[in-house]
Amino acid sequence: MVTHVIPKEPLEPQVVETASETDWTKPQAMAIPKEGYFKVEQGRYGPLFPRTPACHGFTIIAKIKPGTEEEIRQYGKKLENALAGDPYVLAPLQLHYLRWVLFAIGQDKYFMYQGIFDTDFDKYTEDAVALFTQTGINTIFEKLEGFPSDWRTNVPAFIKFLREHQCPSFLEYGEYPYVTAVEIKKALKLKRAFSDMLDQMQ
Amino acid sequence: MSWLPRVAMLEVDDIQHFLLTRTPALAARYEFLTFRKSVAGRAWLAGLIDKVGTGKSVGSASPDSRWVTLAFTWNGLRALGVDEVPLETFPEEFRQGMAARAEIVGTTGANHPDHWVGELASPALHAVAVLFARDVAERERCKKEHDRYLSRIGDVDVLSGLDLEAIHPGEPREHFGYRDRLTHPVIEGTGEEAPLGSLPPIKAGEFFLGYLDEGGSRPVMPQPEILSRNGSYLAYLRFQEHVGAFRDFLRQQGQTRDEQELVAAKLMGRWRSGAPLVLAPQKDDPALGVDLRRTNNFDYGKMDPYGYGCPVGAHIRRMNPRDTADNMQRRQMIRRGGTYGSLLAEDAPEDGAERGIAAFIGCASLIRQFEFAMNVWVNDPRFKDLGNERDPFVGTQDGTFDMTIPKRPVRKKIKGLPAFTTIRGGAYFFLPGIRALRLLAAGDPALVQKPRKVS
Repeated sequence: MVTHVIPKEPLEPQVVETASETDWTKPQAMAIPKEGYFKVEQGRYGPLFPRTPACHGFTIIAKIKPGTEEEIRQYGKKLENALAGDPYVLAPLQLHYLRWVLFAIGQDKYFMYQGIFDTDFDKYTEDAVALFTQTGINTIFEKLEGFPSDWRTNVPAFIKFLREHQCPSFLEYGEYPYVTAVEIKKALKLKRAFSDMLDQMQ
Repeated sequence: MSWLPRVAMLEVDDIQHFLLTRTPALAARYEFLTFRKSVAGRAWLAGLIDKVGTGKSVGSASPDSRWVTLAFTWNGLRALGVDEVPLETFPEEFRQGMAARAEIVGTTGANHPDHWVGELASPALHAVAVLFARDVAERERCKKEHDRYLSRIGDVDVLSGLDLEAIHPGEPREHFGYRDRLTHPVIEGTGEEAPLGSLPPIKAGEFFLGYLDEGGSRPVMPQPEILSRNGSYLAYLRFQEHVGAFRDFLRQQGQTRDEQELVAAKLMGRWRSGAPLVLAPQKDDPALGVDLRRTNNFDYGKMDPYGYGCPVGAHIRRMNPRDTADNMQRRQMIRRGGTYGSLLAEDAPEDGAERGIAAFIGCASLIRQFEFAMNVWVNDPRFKDLGNERDPFVGTQDGTFDMTIPKRPVRKKIKGLPAFTTIRGGAYFFLPGIRALRLLAAGDPALVQKPRKVS
């Protein structure tokens, strides 16, 4: 069933200044200034990063302590198992995707943690930090250079580390801009309900 | 940390009573002070410490007729002579003060510190003396006594003061007519039981420094520890309530008294009697409102997920989203305060007199608890995907925000909600324990001299 007109030519992604947040049919891109935001809007822990056609997100890049690469890799399996045990353990973040990468620059190893989600991370930072702790991601952070040793009792220092290692995007793109994970899941649920209904009518 | 007991023994003989006990006060006086000389500030404090009630000496059945609380701004601690080294160990938000963080707190536009009264935004604000009194006569007696005391001390000036009185002596109500004080967090270790529908007792570290908090740790404290242990932070807010404007608005929204009352209830999430809309969605149930065992026994996620009873943007649902928000046990705060100004009679036109609520909100972390609530729950237009709404009573309103009232078949949307309140002042204070008050009064070397390096 066609629900909207499919254009003959693929749409050119647009670089927009004031993006429409309601039209998910038109792919959009947003070029972001060097600072990571268009105007300074103070949040509790520093300037707020904007929501883009690719939703909210962060990209944290930090150098790992020498010799800890294997331990970090092993954490991947741990989180996989944690999710298998409780698939909703990360639900409060309203995530789309998380990506975990280890890479080398010369002899040094770096860790990149990229998240795309619908929650405004700047506003719910403490909830995210609590989740990091719950899911044991702190065990990775402890392998990163400069991570505060007193993080357990000093949440502001933990948050400061995250903000200092956050690398804002200069461009973000959304094929279905501003659509939230909840909306996607609702649409898929509806699709399944329709399929069931059609099956029942056979 | 395993060596810490799971349930903290509160040092009730050292904690000021203010956040531990709700006293049977019907009147109050707030005196906002400046210390022109450190020595004078310390002398003033020294003479008052014995009048400050502790959690041990003040119970809810307190036979006293007045209760004193003392708290200090960061500038005030400096004015008392506290050295830069300990001063720098206080959290940044407290050091900056509420006025400097107006954008974060959301006090913009008409609520901006530029318009505040009583020199509350001034760096000269050093301390507040909060006096709760059993009645107005006792409050007046204490005011005079404090005046005489100040003139004996010299060099401690009153920047401004505020008189508060209960406007309905029989029951706690504010000027718009809503019943107040229906929810409060229960602190673990006090022996109090949480009412049905409320969170279980909250760890003391959420309110007092030096105890385990709900994160399972004992957060770092300002140093030296003796200065901060058993202390709390207070955020002060003075909300003017525009009673005439509120009543005019209700009249515009409803033809009949019942229709108007329903709109009033939808904005608050409770009928003026205190009965919650989730439990009494169609009509008021005054008996439910006053029954503290039942009036909090509800949730939103299961009982009212779409807000057909209590709108998602209603005041009580924003300020306490209950089961529809994460880590609620880390968002709890204790409110103390009351109403100021005279009651505007039911049918009287707006008289232009200032009236409202002036309250202190106590917590262990201003940034994590108070500022989160103001920044996200109160003033974030996107809260719960509402899009263009702020808290209808305590949010900063300028006629550009809406209020959605879910309703079958079609929701009602009030466009351009007017401002029913104006914030006339605010400040951050540190509420020290009694031992810390004594050290401050004595100008103890641990506080006023730079600690020597141990090699």
